[in-house]
Amino acid sequence: MTDITDLGVADIRDGFRGGAFSAREVADAFNDAVAGAEALNCFIVTTPEKAVEAAEEADRALAAGDAGPLSGVPLGIKDLFCTDGVQSTAGSHILEGFVPPYESTVSGNLLGAGAGMLGKLNMDQFAMGSSNETSYFGNVVSPWKRNDGGNTPMSPGGSSGGTSSAIAAHIVPAATGTDTGGSIRQPAAFTGICGMKPTYGRCSRYGMVAFASSLDQAGPMARSVKDCAILLEAMAGHDPKDSTSLDEPVPNWEAGLSSDLTGKKIGIPKEYRVDDMPGEIDALWKQGVEWMRDAGAEIVDVSLPHTRYALPAYYIIAPAEASANLARYDGVRYGLRKLPEGANLQEMYAATRAAGFGDEVKRRIMIGTYVLSAGFYDAYYTQAAKVRTLIAQDFDRAWESCDYLLTPTAPSAAFGLGDLSDDPIAMYLNDVFTVPSSLAGLPAIAVPGGLDHQGLPLGLQVIGKALDEQGVMNAGLALEERAGFTHRAEKWW
Amino acid sequence: MSVDTETVLRIASLARIAMSEEQAERLKPELNNILGWVEQLGEVDTSGVEPLAVVIENHTRMREDVVTDGDKRDDILANAPVAEHGFFAVPKVIE
Repeated sequence: MTDITDLGVADIRDGFRGGAFSAREVADAFNDAVAGAEALNCFIVTTPEKAVEAAEEADRALAAGDAGPLSGVPLGIKDLFCTDGVQSTAGSHILEGFVPPYESTVSGNLLGAGAGMLGKLNMDQFAMGSSNETSYFGNVVSPWKRNDGGNTPMSPGGSSGGTSSAIAAHIVPAATGTDTGGSIRQPAAFTGICGMKPTYGRCSRYGMVAFASSLDQAGPMARSVKDCAILLEAMAGHDPKDSTSLDEPVPNWEAGLSSDLTGKKIGIPKEYRVDDMPGEIDALWKQGVEWMRDAGAEIVDVSLPHTRYALPAYYIIAPAEASANLARYDGVRYGLRKLPEGANLQEMYAATRAAGFGDEVKRRIMIGTYVLSAGFYDAYYTQAAKVRTLIAQDFDRAWESCDYLLTPTAPSAAFGLGDLSDDPIAMYLNDVFTVPSSLAGLPAIAVPGGLDHQGLPLGLQVIGKALDEQGVMNAGLALEERAGFTHRAEKWW
Repeated sequence: MSVDTETVLRIASLARIAMSEEQAERLKPELNNILGWVEQLGEVDTSGVEPLAVVIENHTRMREDVVTDGDKRDDILANAPVAEHGFFAVPKVIE
């Protein structure tokens, strides 16, 4: 029999319902896998008892004939989601020990659909990072290694790096991620899995630790497009607790999956051909074009002229919003408090924040505070918000001639941990293909396409129109079927 | 525009992050690199362009004007570093 930990969401759900195994057997198998993978540092907190509890409930529910859509499926939850009674830190020191007395809507929806929780997944601190080197709880290590015989620990991408590493290592079948500028898609590409950022507002942000509120969006990460569809269906929906969540019906995305792209037009944005991009990524992109054609689609060239300004606009808007959102961490209501001898209230705030935030978080708060300060607000923030309008208009114009866009997910394969950590801008450039669609709030999926010469995964991205998650997933499925990506990291942990 | 150490310290104080002169000195070139890089946005002609305020069209919904979240004092105080007599406690602010 196949090892249970090699199964994804759909297979576990169906096997459980069909009586091939009990939910308890599934939970035990994954709990063991989690416990045996400490070297990857994917989890900040593990909750084996929660996984077992949900599994026993699922077994009871199945016997009683009322199993939920995700009954029997254990999941990892990114530590950006507040989970009732379980420490939630967003990878930071300032929230260490914070135990929310409430559940985020997204994790609550998943648990309410019958899923179990294996634990809280490590991540870049406050989701700020593209390599998982900014967590207070240590770096996450990718299960992948270069095939050069060396032993360099590789980055699983970020910020959802605990999520991507755990899924790629088969210690969870799937998990939640969050994406502000590419934090689902880039780590998915680095680890050879699928990840989907839905339309901004599809998923409630209630109970999600805020980074940049106009960009943050939860999404599924899994080893197949179908599993992403199943999870997103459970996660999404209008939430009265989040006024930015969209009051739109949630389609039955799993049932709507079809990889037939006949009559669809795929746009290839010429501005996504960046300098210094490895030839292998360009080759994979061309291969993706052929796969799309094979699925029945027509290929058209499109132009998104403001693409090169997306990253600098993002690195004004996101830190500006972060500087406001992170003002709540002051040592009064939750988390860390530093009170130097004789300090007054202001000094307590400043000491708490100096001790509680990591370097990258401080850097971004400082940038955000600067660009919002008197005299600079219009030159930086208003200008960036106007450029954001132009970027959104670029996409609107593209949709006049195509249905989806096909691009690479990241400009390189995974890099070694430490390789870019001294160069913030080089790190920021990792999100060059994911940030524009984030600024425009559009749905996008990352699908693994192949391996590079070092044996590391490379991904392709499909971007679609607002609310067309179905189309994006279908185009992703067409790529997935043709890529036939079955590679996995050899177990060393 | 480039920032000097004094400006870095002023931003740190606005951001309520304690910082020594030495730390500000170290952060200065990092901030200047990033600010130098984002300067390129100045090249974009944005005359007549409205700043983007809402990324996806949404409508505002009204709810009943009733208290929906009362009686949670203990939950709210549960994570406080210091709570006394049912309140968050902070260092003395008035001499």
